[in-house]
Amino acid sequence: MNIIANPNKLRGFERSIKVENVSRRDIVKGLGIAGAFVLAAPLTSRPALAAYETGAGKMPHGVVVDPRVFVSIAPDGMVTIIAHRSEMGTGVRTSLPLIVAEEMEADWSRVHVQQAPGDEAKYGNQDTDGSRSTRHYLLPMRQIGACARTMLEAAAAKRWGVPATEVKAANHEVVHNASGRKIGFGELAADAAKEPVPNIDGLKLKDPKDFRYLGKGEVSIVDLRDITTGTARYGADVRLPGMKYAVIARPPVTGGKLVSFDGSEAMKVPGVEKVMEVKGWPWPSKFQPLGGVAVIARNTGAAIKGRDALKLIWDDGANGKYDSVSYRTELEAAARKPGLVVRKEGDVDAALKGADKVVVGEYYLPHLAHVSMEPPVAVANVKGDKAEIWAPVQSPGGTHEDVAKTLGIPVENVTVNVTLLGGGFGRKSKCDFALEAALLSKELGAPVKVQWTREDDVRHDFLHTVSVERIEAGLDKNGKVIAWRHRSVAPSIASTFAAGAVHQAPFELGMGLIDMPFEIANIQCENPEAAAHTRIGWFRSVSNIPRAFAVQSMVGEIAHATNRDQKEMLLELIGSPRIVNLSSVKDPWNYGEPYSSYPIDTARLRKVVELVAEKGEWGRSVPKGHGLGIAVHRSFVSYIATIVEVAVDEKGKLTVPRVDTAIDCGTFVNPERIQSQLEGAAVMGLSLAKYGEITFKDGKVQQKNLDDFPVIRIDESPRVTNVYIVPPGPETPPSGVGEPGVPPFAPALVNAIFAATGKRIRALPIGKQLET
Amino acid sequence: MIKLKINGQEQTWEGDPTLPLLWFIRDEVGLTGTKFGCGEALCGACTVLLDKEAVRSCVTAVSDVAGREVTTIEGLHPTGDHPVQKAWRQANVPQCGFCQAGQIMQAASLLMQNPKPSHDQIREAMSGNICRCGCYQRIENAVHLASTGV
Ligand code: FES
Ligand code: FES
Repeated sequence: MNIIANPNKLRGFERSIKVENVSRRDIVKGLGIAGAFVLAAPLTSRPALAAYETGAGKMPHGVVVDPRVFVSIAPDGMVTIIAHRSEMGTGVRTSLPLIVAEEMEADWSRVHVQQAPGDEAKYGNQDTDGSRSTRHYLLPMRQIGACARTMLEAAAAKRWGVPATEVKAANHEVVHNASGRKIGFGELAADAAKEPVPNIDGLKLKDPKDFRYLGKGEVSIVDLRDITTGTARYGADVRLPGMKYAVIARPPVTGGKLVSFDGSEAMKVPGVEKVMEVKGWPWPSKFQPLGGVAVIARNTGAAIKGRDALKLIWDDGANGKYDSVSYRTELEAAARKPGLVVRKEGDVDAALKGADKVVVGEYYLPHLAHVSMEPPVAVANVKGDKAEIWAPVQSPGGTHEDVAKTLGIPVENVTVNVTLLGGGFGRKSKCDFALEAALLSKELGAPVKVQWTREDDVRHDFLHTVSVERIEAGLDKNGKVIAWRHRSVAPSIASTFAAGAVHQAPFELGMGLIDMPFEIANIQCENPEAAAHTRIGWFRSVSNIPRAFAVQSMVGEIAHATNRDQKEMLLELIGSPRIVNLSSVKDPWNYGEPYSSYPIDTARLRKVVELVAEKGEWGRSVPKGHGLGIAVHRSFVSYIATIVEVAVDEKGKLTVPRVDTAIDCGTFVNPERIQSQLEGAAVMGLSLAKYGEITFKDGKVQQKNLDDFPVIRIDESPRVTNVYIVPPGPETPPSGVGEPGVPPFAPALVNAIFAATGKRIRALPIGKQLET
Repeated sequence: MIKLKINGQEQTWEGDPTLPLLWFIRDEVGLTGTKFGCGEALCGACTVLLDKEAVRSCVTAVSDVAGREVTTIEGLHPTGDHPVQKAWRQANVPQCGFCQAGQIMQAASLLMQNPKPSHDQIREAMSGNICRCGCYQRIENAVHLASTGV
């Protein structure tokens, strides 16, 4: 723990936080009639969560549990807590510090949250992705808070000359009950800082029944007021004296190169100051910039206008033939032939041959762009061998290292200030835009802001993969599924790191393919080869999107083929409550988590299906033209089931009157933010199902902005989305929330469309497929 | 020279008259609450008020608003407590927050023109403003809350 006489001394993205406490009643009132928020059962007292193992220690730079790094107390009692992960809308900048405040007995209205710069040697891993923050940091943040509380109690006990066991921290002060003495945190801060940091093994954590904040959903995000008044600071909002504004023309084809350019017309645009080449790296090069030509101006508008006037000649290179129509045919052909076997139980060939009936489903899911509301943007100020960056990055630590490497300077000389992110969804895990700013600033010798336009964002994204998923299910004469072969063929994210990667990496295979939880005697999963021709990256929930779509659509197809209810079919396939045995899989990955703490537990999978069916009134009668669909999927070690009601009118116009989603994410911190994440996941799921498609012709992305890559707007959004949270068992470790809401949505939607119309959608987006 | 008022303060511009108002506001005046999301009037992130009307500042030239009064999110209410802003906080609307200034300006304009919109009218009036995080249910409820108090 630190004592700060002068809070301004603190490094990083300093901002004052005003916290508005919104009562639970107000939240419910604010939500009005739509969108009831229901905990499936009240949270009751339960023993403190026993220590459990996570994969946090295996992340780069692991976990730092040190109150001196994360907590400071000023003499006036103001507690500053560091948020070391990036805020992109999940609420993590509030929830992790809230855990510390809870455990140290700080009063939240006297807490400042301060964003950490990118520095993993100091803070531990900062990669804000993989729905990992609460899962990896609930326990460490509790331990940090408990250390701080123990130190404050020890300091008070010493001052009063009483045993530490007789004093207790409560609501920002330490109390000695026997004598009625009290002393505030601020007054104790200097002494507490001199106390040894306790060993975490002997730490006493609070009894959850005494929680004031955790699990309650009554604390609003710390940035709420700033967001509503326009003072919240995102990447593009950073302004430095003498700062230049830049936009860059990049090679239109991945791996393409600049041949020549003429900037003379651009230089005539009022406000344009310079036209210059930007260094690019050959593809693939992880997150290094694509290169191109930058236009430097006194404001962004002039830079954009100048760029429009550039004359550019490119060499498109080997990917200049990439064409989405022919690529789809290639993927389909590959999916119809045997591929690399990545899971095998029993004898699928024999079982399919002997089956009474074989149901085959082949599903196509195209590339998607992230289009986070804030396009990529970064500010850099490079002077000599020192660099300072301001950027909305999900990877503060990675950016810190990559800037140093790209500029060839020591990592200690680089400061990465993490701003708020206007959405991330995986795009901002790649720091190419920050590297561009660093390179330009170095060359210009001035601070510079690189702004990506929406067209840049759509055309030069690290796209969600494109895939064909083919499932063959063999049924015996009683309609029981006895064989299941799933071939998944898609270019891998590994192709962004290394040339020639044609198979999916374990972290992709583990997203809904090899971890398929159904109880079937003969299972075979295969991964035929697919070469990438553009940059592939993580998109919120990643390969779970195509896998859940295929597997859960197939459940609907089998239910139809055997004339059964979708939900009953789903529960039959999930089978008995058990821990799924994945011993036949070489590398089951499991989201980087130990299987002992986070097994595939079909009892939990069944439970979310049953909960959503009950609360979402599965089987209710719906008007003509409406239909209900259901899907369940485990991802990021959480369990989520979704019911979608659709309405399809005579012309084929699709609307969504109601969505119900149940999640089991183990022990949780802020149910109100879980609810908002799942509401948002329904909208994103509907966007990708209805419209999402990036296509290529002659190696170039054919879409450019939000008109030809549309996303769902409010008038098409679900009329109501209800969220149900399974109360955790006493020892259930926390699991992911940000991503897992997305995968079950699209299959629930197409199952609902089938119920409404009898039409089975096997390729996304739905587009005009329903039009009559 | 072009003169205009932004949040009651006089501003002048001697540069390119076709410069989009968005970049004048953000880069030249330095008010960064108004956001860039598309540049093509497709997303509403850049919404400001021209008198009572919501306009997309990314496709409005500075010369188009010469002599006019522009209000940005920073000028909506002196203490940030416009009924729409209050309703937004009460309903915990934002996720990442990036679209929210534009959403709030659009909602404020809607309520000036139609103080008691129905849910369908809210969905219609707000449909030019994209929220990629998908806060729509709360946006709809917050506009309703701002207009009715419940
Ligand atoms: S930035 Fe103006 S509408 Fe999108
Ligand atoms: S809150 Fe993120 S785009 Fe609307």
